[in-house]
Amino acid sequence: MNLRYKLIGFSAPILALSLSVFITSLILTAIGKDPIETFILMYDYGTTGKSLVSVFNRFIPLYISAIAVAVGFKMGLFNIGVEGQYLLSALLAAAIGASFSVSRPLHILLIMVIATAISSLWGALAGYLKVSRGIHEVISTIMLNYIGTGIIAYLLGQVFNDDDKANLIPQTTPLPETGQIPSLNNFLNIEDLPSLHGFLPIAIILGFLYYFLIWKTTLGYNLRITGQNPTAAKFSGVDPKRLTMLAMIISGGFAGLVGMGPLLSYHHQYSIDFPAGIGFAGIGVALLGRNHPVGMAFGAVLFAFLERSSQILDLRDVPKEIETMMSAFILLIVVVFYEVIRRYIVTQQIKEASKEVED
Amino acid sequence: MKKSIKIQNISKSFPGVKANSNVSFDIDSGSIHAVVGENGAGKSTLMKILYGMIKPDSGDIYVFDEKISLSSPKDAIKYGLGMVHQHFMLADNFTVLESIILGIDSPGIANLKLEKYKDSLQEVMKRYSLNVDLDQYVDDLGVGEKQRVEILKVLFRGAKILILDEPTAVLVPQEVDELFKNLKDLQNNGVTIIFISHKLDEVIKIADQITVMRGGEIIGTVDADQVNKKQLAEMMIGKSLPKPPERSVESGLENVLKVENLNARNDDGKTVFENISFEIKKSEILGIAGVEGNGQKELIESIIGIQEVDSGDIYLENSILNKLEIRQRLDFGISFIPEDRQAQALVMEMKLNDNIILGRQSKEKYKTNVSTVNLKNAGKISRQVINDFNVKTPNETTIATALSGGNQQKFVVGRELDDDPKVLIASQPTRGIDIGAQALIWDKLRETRDSGLGVLLISADLEELIGLSDRIIVIYQGKFVAELDPNTITPEELGAYMTGLKQ
Repeated sequence: MNLRYKLIGFSAPILALSLSVFITSLILTAIGKDPIETFILMYDYGTTGKSLVSVFNRFIPLYISAIAVAVGFKMGLFNIGVEGQYLLSALLAAAIGASFSVSRPLHILLIMVIATAISSLWGALAGYLKVSRGIHEVISTIMLNYIGTGIIAYLLGQVFNDDDKANLIPQTTPLPETGQIPSLNNFLNIEDLPSLHGFLPIAIILGFLYYFLIWKTTLGYNLRITGQNPTAAKFSGVDPKRLTMLAMIISGGFAGLVGMGPLLSYHHQYSIDFPAGIGFAGIGVALLGRNHPVGMAFGAVLFAFLERSSQILDLRDVPKEIETMMSAFILLIVVVFYEVIRRYIVTQQIKEASKEVED
Repeated sequence: MKKSIKIQNISKSFPGVKANSNVSFDIDSGSIHAVVGENGAGKSTLMKILYGMIKPDSGDIYVFDEKISLSSPKDAIKYGLGMVHQHFMLADNFTVLESIILGIDSPGIANLKLEKYKDSLQEVMKRYSLNVDLDQYVDDLGVGEKQRVEILKVLFRGAKILILDEPTAVLVPQEVDELFKNLKDLQNNGVTIIFISHKLDEVIKIADQITVMRGGEIIGTVDADQVNKKQLAEMMIGKSLPKPPERSVESGLENVLKVENLNARNDDGKTVFENISFEIKKSEILGIAGVEGNGQKELIESIIGIQEVDSGDIYLENSILNKLEIRQRLDFGISFIPEDRQAQALVMEMKLNDNIILGRQSKEKYKTNVSTVNLKNAGKISRQVINDFNVKTPNETTIATALSGGNQQKFVVGRELDDDPKVLIASQPTRGIDIGAQALIWDKLRETRDSGLGVLLISADLEELIGLSDRIIVIYQGKFVAELDPNTITPEELGAYMTGLKQ
């Protein structure tokens, strides 16, 4: 019976995707482009080997970002600050990581620990403001994003700037080789393709870790009951303030690892080219995947794929912004379908239970 | 005498409960008419029907001799009915003037003519001698003033009949006097007032007629000057009280729960209870009787650790609880059945085998050494509770909201009795559920009492209170006023103590 409900749950994103393809087709037709041709073009380009590597590289930070957001969502907290948390921690971890060198696995681990710690602290700040002063986390995390951006601009321009080499753009000193994660190409025997980031296995492990944390531990249980019924949680002995702090620290901790994929496996230094916006994109992925590790994995692959496959459109004279619209449609529609399905499952269960009473 | 309202044969049922059955009475035009009754007597349901918030199953309402059919409060206002809710519905960051005109105009971009409204409001204020400073912010007003604003709000919308829902519950005595003066002024200006209360002193003082409700029915309507408090209390509580059943086990000698000189105030500095002392022994049910709102809710919440106390001590088997957090108190052996199962005792869209852990997250059987949830035990114990308490559900993975109220409550009671608690605090343990579930819960409570459990029982259902309790203490205005023996109690006495007639 539970399997049936799970299958029904899966139908929502598929329906949302189909509907959004349909709406996008209407728009394409309206601007005089052939929708079928456009989608085939996107599909063909998106499934080339080169594109697929890019999709998975993009998947890594997107998925981790979604996890960071989902930790907060699970207890009803909106951590909009993943963006600032991961960027600030990536910069500091890049700068500190480049200043020393130890053997490889240890060096990588240390950089990740530094990033996690800094990001947790940045997240905890919003938690503290909520707990001690009642400031809503949406407001404080948005503000902390701005503050973080300002700090990054200052640090990158004035403090960490590697100006010895007269670079044109501000950037930190590159990480020594011991602080870099090698690509997976050799390991997987992929030749003739761009490098597949070595952070991928870690992202997948984080997915398992998230699942374990939320559904198997007592802490996760407390997060879930607080998210669904804060009063009952309080009556059951949950200290809402302590839990809010913990949730923001854990969410911030995951956020700190968002920037590690790009940093450790590709960029090796923080510059103004460092990928931004993943913290916000993660909110969409968490919504689409309903805070479930498998759902979010699909969601992250889907969004990464759409983003990559749309790159071809400009070259063929179709505005590639069509992809942004499509993603937005998917999210809008899926939210509606999820609610419809939630209600359906509740009424189904009520029916089953009342049958029991009559027997 | 002209009638402003005629209520004829109104009935309304909710699943498992008959809230109003064949309610009929008239209200004289320009009178102050009180409706009194215990909580759960059906007053609120009746008023909600009168104000268009819920639809009756059957029956008619006439307002000024015109038969009306209401589908929303908006309709009610059209017919000149206005309601002042117990909880104020004002915007704190608005001025009084803005709060009053909120929602009068349909939204548009035209300039808001505050001054125009101010003039007409001042006229209304003068006519009814009701004074408030229109330019003050609502946030800066005292409780009594806020209430005046609420009254002004409905008068300004043209109300000729005012419904006041427990208007004195939030007021201090001086404010009550002022309110009564205002109400008399309104009456002199032709306004009909319906006054809902369970404070008999006040009702006798302010009302012309008093209608008493009990168990969803009208017991009678009397003239206020021809009735005394004792007679009213009898009507409200009923003449025959159930006899407590014979008990098989004597109470033990050791205390399980002891409370000494407990005092607490709310955020406004108003005393919620004072100098509360009692003890509960093994195999004993101590019932607390009191009209709702007299501090009993806060008292049990302070034992759990939700309400802070100003002074006094709470002991569980000689260990002091004061400094402990809620979690530690629960782990120590307190079980708790809160009054509102859906808001406080269950996570409605979680499965039963998740809900079984609620309140016991840190107990060994649900928590392994590495802080993971022991799902196997959760499943096993849920099945056990479902079985022992006859919870009607397909299985333990059904979500709580799918169950009927009675089955939800049986599950909650089963969970709370499961791990051999030292003391059980039960607040309204059978409120709003069917008779079958009620009987089962009563049996289970007696059974566990006989096997050594100490129980603190709070209930508005006097049948339950007398039928289960070994001793009854009456709480009135935050103080214990009497200790009674359920075997010898008379309804007159109980009613007198509960309503403050005897202290």
